[in-house]
Amino acid sequence: MCDCVEKRIREEVETILEQYVPTKDNLIQILNEVQEKYGYIPKTAQFAISEYLKIPMAEIFGVITFYSRFTLEPKGKYHISVCLGTACFVKGSQKILDRLKERLQLEEGKTSPDGKFSLDTTRCVGACGIAPVFTVNKEVYGHATVKKLDEVLDALENEEEGGK
Amino acid sequence: MKTIQEIEEIRKKTYQKIALRKNTKEDTREKHILICHGTGCTSSKSPEILSQFQKILKEKNIEHVKVIMTGCFGLCAKGPIVIIRPEDVFYAMVKPEDCLEIIESHIEKGEIVERLLCKDIDGSKVKTLDDLTFYKKQERIVLKNCGTINPENIDEYLAFDGYRALEKVLTSMSPEEVIQEITESGLRGRGGAGFPTGKKWALTKQEEADQKYVVCNADEGDPGAFMDRSILEGDPHTVLEAMTIAGYAIGATKGYIYVRAEYPIAVQRLKIAIEQAREYGLLGEHLLGTDYSFDIEIRLGAGAFVCGEETALLESIEGRRGQPRVKPPFPAQKGLWEKPTLINNVETYANVCQIILKGAKWFSSIGTENSKGTKVFALGGNVQNIGLVEVPMGTTLREIVYDIGGGIPNGRQFKAAQTGGPSGGCIPREHLDTPIDYESLKEIGSMMGSGGLIVMDDTKCMVNLAKFYLEFTVDESCGKCTPCRIGTKRMLEILEKICEGNASLVDLDKLEALAINIEKTAICGLGQTAPNPVLSTLKYFRDEYLAHIKYKQCTAGECKALTSIRINPEECRGCGLCKKNCPVGAIHGEPGTPHHIEKEKCIKCGTCIAKCPFHAIVTKGE
Repeated sequence: MCDCVEKRIREEVETILEQYVPTKDNLIQILNEVQEKYGYIPKTAQFAISEYLKIPMAEIFGVITFYSRFTLEPKGKYHISVCLGTACFVKGSQKILDRLKERLQLEEGKTSPDGKFSLDTTRCVGACGIAPVFTVNKEVYGHATVKKLDEVLDALENEEEGGK
Repeated sequence: MKTIQEIEEIRKKTYQKIALRKNTKEDTREKHILICHGTGCTSSKSPEILSQFQKILKEKNIEHVKVIMTGCFGLCAKGPIVIIRPEDVFYAMVKPEDCLEIIESHIEKGEIVERLLCKDIDGSKVKTLDDLTFYKKQERIVLKNCGTINPENIDEYLAFDGYRALEKVLTSMSPEEVIQEITESGLRGRGGAGFPTGKKWALTKQEEADQKYVVCNADEGDPGAFMDRSILEGDPHTVLEAMTIAGYAIGATKGYIYVRAEYPIAVQRLKIAIEQAREYGLLGEHLLGTDYSFDIEIRLGAGAFVCGEETALLESIEGRRGQPRVKPPFPAQKGLWEKPTLINNVETYANVCQIILKGAKWFSSIGTENSKGTKVFALGGNVQNIGLVEVPMGTTLREIVYDIGGGIPNGRQFKAAQTGGPSGGCIPREHLDTPIDYESLKEIGSMMGSGGLIVMDDTKCMVNLAKFYLEFTVDESCGKCTPCRIGTKRMLEILEKICEGNASLVDLDKLEALAINIEKTAICGLGQTAPNPVLSTLKYFRDEYLAHIKYKQCTAGECKALTSIRINPEECRGCGLCKKNCPVGAIHGEPGTPHHIEKEKCIKCGTCIAKCPFHAIVTKGE
């Protein structure tokens, strides 16, 4: 990351920080906002938070790695997440996940080297009525089957090629 | 800031406008189109339907019809749902392109759009919500406003007796009387353990401190459960009102709602509700002109199941890793920032205002001897009517699964129901007639839990299910105590061995011994209950474990290493559906003749089994 990007992130994070009183209990709230903004928590942001809240970096790292919503790695352009809540599991979401791993050659929590796709699992998005579900970025796909997934992936891959 | 009289004025004025939603057969030309905006229906584009309706009404200059977003109606499987009141017509699976037809036919000509009516369990089309068998055995106390009011409009909440309980408490009841009422009602914690709510309040009240806190646990981590989310999305004010009442009763001036960040809609509606309540002086300084002050803040969780445990939740609010504290001291003595803290679950709070308004006697007349009131369940899995149901305590599992849930789809058999999520257990067929309450569920090796109720048919492998829950626990174990951190991992390894056909009977003994040890030694409730899925499946489905170990067979056909998929040539009619749907092209055969599966190519995804109209494709043990 070049200096200018770091500088920009730092400035942006500082504007987020200004809205909060510098007390320790705001740490998770701030991390949530940063995660939402960047799709991960950049190191620069961690430094800024550490200075502002006067919390050691190690402790911030501890909190980030404890909560599954926070990630240290940027997500892909298409972030695909498979629901592994019980309702989806009973309706066969494991098969959806297996197929995704096979096609994308990715493990859970990882991003493809070209940054196109990232794969994750989630525990219940609350759409149990249309289980099993997976999400691509914020779009929810319900009543999922391996075939339907293949169609979605085909479309995303083609779109990428077409876009080049 | 409004006075009691001003609030009453708003109630009256708004009630006149929305009384027709209470399903009164009032003779009015006005109509309200209610559209579910719960997470399920929102995922299937209900906001688009709402704007489509608004657009058409505007174009056609129709002014006597209003379009309103509401919380969850409950029958999520049939979403997006649109209900037209006062006639109460129930349209299911509506698409944005159906809106014009609804307006032109239903609104303009008064003719019901038959094709969009909801199909009942027996296949007949049903006109109104009350006619659906799904709703017949339900009793809505907690969910009374869900699907009736616009959750983002405080006036509508006020119109149906909103904040009347708070008014009653602040103007005519002492804190002791409030606690007395809650205690006599017999209300117990809906988060899972069932601790008497009144007692919890009394314990927090008796502590002397300069500051106390009221906390709402909305960290609904049980996968497959969405009761609390639906309450927050459909009726956020009832939770705020109840928390304020609780604050008055125990002597607190500050409240926190700890809610999952994964519930963006619920968070948004809570934010709006808090703003509106502050504007009306129902939160903040000198509520309703009295001496009592109370305010509420939202704290977002960040995806850690363990934070549903009350002391872990407190750690998380304080900005740390959510690891449980050793109890005692209990939160009632030393909670948030070491101050006495009252923690209740969303659904528990959602009962409070009704108890204050209608009295403890009324509430305790519902339910069983030791479990009063109703319970909301998120019914899911292999059942026809997936959705949110509220039933009186003491309703049997059979009634929920068959009468409300409509039974098992695809001609399959009921195998088990799972309650209590990763802390609960499986209830087999022979206990279908157990009346559900806190004690009876515990007796049969499960627990009430927060209310997830997952039904499983005979294609589900119980060993695999136990493995699924252990994977969850291993993933979510906070790591503080050894039994949970290491013990659950070892249990999972044994389960993996069993599912892969590499286990011996010695492993089964080890698994059981480990389970019992963890139950006795883990420090928090989650660790202590983590072995439950294994213990309860071992109790009722030991045969399946033995089949995996001794005969290397998974009779349900879910454990891939122990199964293969075959087409029964006698049943196969050669329709080609399986071939068409196979994602890897492993199925071959000419139309009209029996097909076969190429074993090397098959990824055992099961798509063909689900697609075959003749049930000709089966899984078999190798």
